[in-house]
Amino acid sequence: MHEKTLAELSQALQNKTLSSVELTQHYLKRIEQLDGSLNSYITVTAESALEQAAAADARIAAGNATALTGIPLAHKDLFCTQGQRTSCGSKMLDNFISPYESTVTQRFLDAGAVSLGKTNLDEFAMGSSTESSFYGPTRNPWDTARVPGGSSGGSAAAVAGRLCAAATGTDTGGSIRQPAGFTALTGLKPTYGRVSRWGMVAYASSLDQGGPMARTAEDCALMLQVMAGFDAKDSTSVDQPVPDYSASLNDSLKGLRIGLPKEYFAAGLDAATSDAISAAVKQFQALGAEVREISLPNAELAIPAYYVIAPAEASSNLSRFDGVRFGYRCDHPADLTDLYKRSRAEGFGAEVKRRIMVGTYALSAGYYDAYYLKAQKIRRLIKNDFMAAYEQVDVILCPTSPTPAFKIGEKIDDPVSLYLTDIYTITANLAGVPGVALPAGFANGLPLGMQLLGPYFSEARLLNIAHQYQQVTDWHQRAPAGY
Amino acid sequence: MQWEIVIGLEIHAQLTTASKIFSGSATTFGAEPNTQASLVDLGMPGTLPVLNAQAVRNAVKFGLAIDAEIGMTNVFARKNYFYPDLPKGYQTSQMDHPIVGKGYLDITLEDGTVKRVGVTRAHLEEDAGKSLHEDFHGMSGIDLNRAGTPLLEIVSEPDMRSAKEAVAYAKTIHSLVRYLGICDGNMAEGSLRCDCNVSVRPKGQTEFGTRCEIKNVNSFRFIEKAINTEVQRQIELIEDGGKVVQETRLYDPNKDETRSMRSKEEANDYRYFPCPDLLPVVLEPSFIEEVRGELPELPQQKRERFESQFGLSTYDASVLSASRELADYFEQVQQTCGDAKLAANWVMGELSSLLNKEGLEIEQSPVSAAQLGGMILRIKDNTISGKIAKMVFEALAAGEGDSADAIIEAKGLKQVTDSGAIEAMLDEVLAANAAQVEQYRASDEAKRGKMFGFFVGQAMKASKGKANPQQVNELLRKKLEG
Repeated sequence: MHEKTLAELSQALQNKTLSSVELTQHYLKRIEQLDGSLNSYITVTAESALEQAAAADARIAAGNATALTGIPLAHKDLFCTQGQRTSCGSKMLDNFISPYESTVTQRFLDAGAVSLGKTNLDEFAMGSSTESSFYGPTRNPWDTARVPGGSSGGSAAAVAGRLCAAATGTDTGGSIRQPAGFTALTGLKPTYGRVSRWGMVAYASSLDQGGPMARTAEDCALMLQVMAGFDAKDSTSVDQPVPDYSASLNDSLKGLRIGLPKEYFAAGLDAATSDAISAAVKQFQALGAEVREISLPNAELAIPAYYVIAPAEASSNLSRFDGVRFGYRCDHPADLTDLYKRSRAEGFGAEVKRRIMVGTYALSAGYYDAYYLKAQKIRRLIKNDFMAAYEQVDVILCPTSPTPAFKIGEKIDDPVSLYLTDIYTITANLAGVPGVALPAGFANGLPLGMQLLGPYFSEARLLNIAHQYQQVTDWHQRAPAGY
Repeated sequence: MQWEIVIGLEIHAQLTTASKIFSGSATTFGAEPNTQASLVDLGMPGTLPVLNAQAVRNAVKFGLAIDAEIGMTNVFARKNYFYPDLPKGYQTSQMDHPIVGKGYLDITLEDGTVKRVGVTRAHLEEDAGKSLHEDFHGMSGIDLNRAGTPLLEIVSEPDMRSAKEAVAYAKTIHSLVRYLGICDGNMAEGSLRCDCNVSVRPKGQTEFGTRCEIKNVNSFRFIEKAINTEVQRQIELIEDGGKVVQETRLYDPNKDETRSMRSKEEANDYRYFPCPDLLPVVLEPSFIEEVRGELPELPQQKRERFESQFGLSTYDASVLSASRELADYFEQVQQTCGDAKLAANWVMGELSSLLNKEGLEIEQSPVSAAQLGGMILRIKDNTISGKIAKMVFEALAAGEGDSADAIIEAKGLKQVTDSGAIEAMLDEVLAANAAQVEQYRASDEAKRGKMFGFFVGQAMKASKGKANPQQVNELLRKKLEG
């Protein structure tokens, strides 16, 4: 039954050809058998999952089920779940049992979905490979010597390995789209403000956005339907009606204007990925779309701007982990300063410390204007680039990353080359626009990803385009060998 | 050398909102530790702030009351530093875009002169929690009930030139925020806290001397003492050939001295940046006008009205308008008795000394405004004399009767105005003092003047104070002359 998509499982549950308890037991068994090598879950909540499944079956029997009722999901361990460990992949929060539920996970509970557990991630979502987790690296089911991407690599591996029907992720600089690309999934980063950040532990508040990771665009539509919506507890949440994302999936692409940013097809892009996108362009043209070249002239400034803004916000957001109220506390602190210094030195990993230092430096008196303020100006330029582009085209098509999944350990000692893997994804976060990543082909058995970026609140259109593409291609139907 | 003192104050006023500035927790003072701290106040991972609209409204009220420019686009910034009672590791405050811009306050000095003091800005921010160092056996306790309480930090220009001016300014702010109903002004509970920036310079010099900031001075008396002590320290230091170092100091009222807390070099780099969890708050002109419409009559307007409407002196008017409660009390007395001057005299005289003696606030006065007004009416219609009135007032204060009339009746204090009765009483007094009468009649005009008072005293004593003093005077003069 794990070969079914979320939409198919939903049908089976509604038709009662399958029960949620059976399905949940099946996934739990798969996790037990297969996750030893993948390490996609940090915490498996078998007991509560089965309780939720039983409740879901009762709800289906009572006839008031939603599309998600009884569907076994996994949540990135950055979403607070009440009474459960919420670790953020960090030693700092290894002992942290959240006293409250995030808005996103609460919405899934309300919809009757089952949570199988919490998935692995780069520590505090800082990374592109899921190698910086306190709980060890997650492996890519397509090749376990390779990374699944990051930071939502645990969710990506769990969905790709068929260890859950779909999962939540978060995307600050590409953390949903890049791992989706590395594992042949469909993943959507919504418009900033579309999904509530309440209870989603902050990395870089002005860039973070939760979103779905699933096998198909259709599944993402069902997931986003639950996640999206205004939340009074998040001041950056946007009070705008949520459309029916499934309703427009079958709209025609006739007349759709697709732009290819020339800056994204220059040096550094892997040939196979480039070829896959060229092939996709032909598919879109065959579906009635017009494709033209566009320019995002400031794109090359995105990485430096991001690596000032995100660490700056992170340095402040992570100040609360001080060993005083929750989380890791060092043994026998000599005094207050010692408590702070050692709790943070021992509780945080190297990449987190690196970003805290970079961010602290960028905000320091005398450097603020040169770094933070300048980065914010670049951010505005990048946003303007997108606004100008969307006057000419409806969506932008580009790769999710320069190469397919790289080997575990290959880039971990070279932060800059790791940072550069986010080169195509970061601009959307800086501009706040939505993007959907989807599989565009394979090279040497490894998935190749592409993404479609749209104007603010164009999630329904993006999912429609991705869905239409998936009606004429089968990349998304392929499963990794052994899963 | 003649020294000039330069003082600027930063006053933190806790805004009286039902809930905190960025969370729904209550703000009541004195609750059990950590019972009024929500997930947000505890800085739990994943929590987010939502701005309290009432705090914004209160701040705008203050801005309008000091004739300041209101910041129409408000940006909240994070001030980053580590401290155990600062749960998030940053304080959410305002930096470049405060809600209240430049304004001013007119303060009345003791000699009645009015001085204008500039207000540089006032901004919204959240209060921190409290570290408790007692009862924890060598450890510290953290109480986060106060964390997130809305504060308005009011920064003055360095316009004050003496500790007394600084106190007058602080009192004016205190009165104003209470008038506006935006802060309860309870300094003992920390609702209003003051940092004093103090420097000295040779008289005539235009540039400022190096300043020191005295943190958290929490009573008007300590403001005056702390500033004077600090001024003395700085002058002595300079006169001994030393230099004032810019630093933060603490005032110790027990030793009456200020002590260094941290120097400028040790100061934190707060790494201010706009808080990404809060969008800029843009105020609409219609909102400002709505708040303007809610403003009560302000102390200065009230003082001016008391002067023009009631003919009170500037001093009396400013004393009576110092607090809204006192002003309301006075106006109620005035309305009941119809005599503003008598009302002012009684409120500022007997009533004030009674309250001082008992350590009571005007709201707790044992004599109500209606009772006092009713009593003054009886003075005016000659039912009682001013002297008897003091007895009636004391009886009212002691709760011996519901009204002046009831007490006058019960104690038989009604003034005797029947001239026959007074004459009969006077005859007795004169008969009892025949020798003095002889002496009086033999004396010259100057001596008589002095002796007359003796007979008045005897007569009033004989009547137990009840005889109408004017009639006693007239009839007595007639009889003695006769």
